[in-house]
Amino acid sequence: MTNSMNEILETDVMFAIGTNTTEAHPVTGYRIKQAVRNGKKLIVADPRKIELVKYADLWLCHRPGTDIALLNGLAHVILRDGLWDEEFVNEHGEGFEEFKSAVEKYTPERAAEITGVDAELIEQAAHMYGSAEKATIIYAMGITQHTTGTNNVMAIANLSILTGNVGKRGTGVAPLRGQNNVQGACDMGCLPNYYASYQKVDDKEINNKFEQAWNVALPKEPGLTVTEMIDSVYRGKLKGMYIMGENPMLSDPDSNKVKKSLQALEFLVVQDIFLTETARFAEVVLPAVTSVEKEGTFTNTERRIQRVRQAIKTESEAKPDWQIIIDLANKMNYSWEYPGGPEQVMEEIAKLSPLYGGISYSRLEKGGIQWPCPTRNHPGTMYLHADGFTRDKGKFHSVEYLPPAEEPDEEYPLMLSTGRMLYHFHTGTMSRRSQMEELRSEELMMMHPADARENSIKDEDRVQVESRRGKVSTKVQVTDHVPMGVVFMTFHYRETPTNNLTIAAVDPICKIPELKVCAVRVNKAGA
Amino acid sequence: MVDKVKVNINGNDYFVPENYTILKAAEENGIDIPTLCYEEGLPITGACRMCVVEVRGARKLMAACATQVSDGMEVLTESERVVEARREILRLLIANHDLRCLTCERNGDCRLQDYCYRYKVEDTPYKGEVKDFKIITDNPFFIRDYSKCIKCGKCVSICAEVNGAHVYEFINRGFDTKVTSAFDDPLPETTCTFCGMCINVCPVAALVEKSTLWKGRPWEVKKVTTTCSYCGVGCQLKLKVKDNTIIGVAADKSGSNLGHLCSKGQFGWDYVHSKDRLTHPLIKREGEFVRVTWEEALNYIAGRFKDILSQWGGRALAGLSSAKCTNEENYLFQKFMRVVLQTNNIDHCARL
Ligand code: SF4
Ligand code: SF4
Ligand code: SF4
Ligand code: FES
Repeated sequence: MTNSMNEILETDVMFAIGTNTTEAHPVTGYRIKQAVRNGKKLIVADPRKIELVKYADLWLCHRPGTDIALLNGLAHVILRDGLWDEEFVNEHGEGFEEFKSAVEKYTPERAAEITGVDAELIEQAAHMYGSAEKATIIYAMGITQHTTGTNNVMAIANLSILTGNVGKRGTGVAPLRGQNNVQGACDMGCLPNYYASYQKVDDKEINNKFEQAWNVALPKEPGLTVTEMIDSVYRGKLKGMYIMGENPMLSDPDSNKVKKSLQALEFLVVQDIFLTETARFAEVVLPAVTSVEKEGTFTNTERRIQRVRQAIKTESEAKPDWQIIIDLANKMNYSWEYPGGPEQVMEEIAKLSPLYGGISYSRLEKGGIQWPCPTRNHPGTMYLHADGFTRDKGKFHSVEYLPPAEEPDEEYPLMLSTGRMLYHFHTGTMSRRSQMEELRSEELMMMHPADARENSIKDEDRVQVESRRGKVSTKVQVTDHVPMGVVFMTFHYRETPTNNLTIAAVDPICKIPELKVCAVRVNKAGA
Repeated sequence: MVDKVKVNINGNDYFVPENYTILKAAEENGIDIPTLCYEEGLPITGACRMCVVEVRGARKLMAACATQVSDGMEVLTESERVVEARREILRLLIANHDLRCLTCERNGDCRLQDYCYRYKVEDTPYKGEVKDFKIITDNPFFIRDYSKCIKCGKCVSICAEVNGAHVYEFINRGFDTKVTSAFDDPLPETTCTFCGMCINVCPVAALVEKSTLWKGRPWEVKKVTTTCSYCGVGCQLKLKVKDNTIIGVAADKSGSNLGHLCSKGQFGWDYVHSKDRLTHPLIKREGEFVRVTWEEALNYIAGRFKDILSQWGGRALAGLSSAKCTNEENYLFQKFMRVVLQTNNIDHCARL
């Protein structure tokens, strides 16, 4: 995120879209609720009646997948009513004219038609956000997991630039990262097109720098993304895979396809703490240790690099992932030597990765540091863009609403949306083996009372949910927390592998799968 | 910038920002004033009066946590009057406190004990009735023993002000005052989200994690500060460790979470000790996993990777790294893929 978590307490208006913060990022959720108690304003845009709705001044209950229409509608009103920050836009807003004409057609009435939100509410929200002294937009996977994910994010950035909510305390945009170290995995260059600190692999100079540092010739072409990998195995191009600590069998869309791909591989190594659904398909499984059995760092959603410390000794043969990778490299005739362990690896990271240039374990002893931290005496960065924009970031991107890849029809009349709940995490490998299991041990699909009535389904009934790709069985919770026509499921439970249903259609730019929307039908089990 | 003012505490002059309370001014200068109901970040109630100090010119003793400093203020934090007032508060508190300290889980880590010791309060002239509250075990995670409650109100406050769950309230008055959930409902039937923050602010043993019961005395338990292994908020917390086993979690205030946690960070750690953990390398032979040594496993993998490399090149290989592993591990992983396996086919599940 551009700013820091506790700056939420300093903002005047919070706009939360596509984030069920109190369940997926609970402590950030506390901050939003605290800010509301301190008299700050909150706008929530979500198809579901999530907990934050209770705290909201305005609730925009838009149809899943219509975020851009909503965001452009807000921009339209802000422009029309002169609520935008002319000075800021003149100085930093490249592409403004084009953007202006693009949102021209998103009148509140048209936005209302697409999103299902009252035009009047859209006007009110635009005024609330647009006239705030300091405003911040908070979002999560509800925004990014669509075929239009990249555009959704741009539409959010447009709003914050348009109103000058950039580069100041208590403003900005706050994408909330799902897993504990997603931010760090990206920062470290676990991406097909970037080395650490987002240095491009196909940039000659950068490539040279790494070839010299690592003393080896490196591939120059960007590689494949997760979703492309699955396809590529399918087409016989990919022969071997090394999976460390991931469970694509449960987390990735269209599990049947993932399964076929994993089976089609000639060679698969999985390294994990449990024999996950994915590990079962491996030829070799390597036992790793948990984060409480090793030293290291994680980087949180506000770019803060923090220490992970060893609290207990491993009593089995399992080893830390860093140790396994080094051992394996040495087995393949390299001589990787890190006698200083993770601390020494961080020294190498600091040398090659400018955002982490000033990081060392001794500096992290007293608490985390937020990147960019380029030098040993740089204090870290609380919020980004304080001294104006680096050029391409201040750019408006004109984006248009496009309907989701698959919409409900006669055959599959309901829209399935997926996400997380408070008591479990991701594919449940950790949380479901903890005391948390006592709070919720099975999937409960949320369904609106009217849809339930139509299908003669009662609370707690067991049903079959079916899409064009697969089917699963689940219990139902009848609740008006989802709108009519929409059902909601998590992907925490291996007994109810929700991703059998989802669609592998991906955003053309960032390749994120459209997990939030697909079409399904529901039948009572046995009926 | 906030202006600074001069305050004299126990005979020494200090310059502190004018918006400081006496408590904060003292704390920053290494002077310890005892507190029971004060908690940084929560509204100040000034209810327990444990922190009273003598301010020159003021007739009454002032609560240090609730009184702002002013220029030229003269404060005494341990004068005879102050100490007597604190002793009186302590005598009242222990009058109806269950004093079975011998086996108390907080023995040695209890504010009430510490302050009684500090002010030599061995006994009480008050004949309060020690209420025989039953220990409440209504949820999987923590017990509530109100015979130990000193009614500081911090649990009520953190639950309402930080979590927003509003589970607890004060009921009755005077000597009969008690803190509990509305209508005394079992917690699973309330709005409780089992964040455990109430346990972490409780200064005594009224709220205790079940996982720590009878597992070790506070001084035998090692506390290791680390980062939560669940979501991207990255909360800081302290793992409580005894005999190479994690037995619980305590708050840590060094991160942006300011000591606040959710149920996963507070109670979701026991997967570490799960019987399902992988304990040794496995290789699949004829469809079955068999146990092998590290040497065998790594040699086998190296051989297979080399075969694929020589036959098809790095293009035929790909790696998925983990958003649950450390930065150092992710760094080494991409280095391994790029250097050893000669491919940029690296990704992770950030998109999910
Ligand atoms: S566990 Fe959290 S939500 Fe439950 S009573 Fe305690 S503070 Fe409130
Ligand atoms: S239960 Fe603990 S925190 Fe709550 S009022 Fe009693 S002593 Fe204070
Ligand atoms: S304690 Fe909860 S909010 Fe904090 S990092 Fe862990 S899972 Fe996230
Ligand atoms: S700590 Fe100041 S009144 Fe309780």
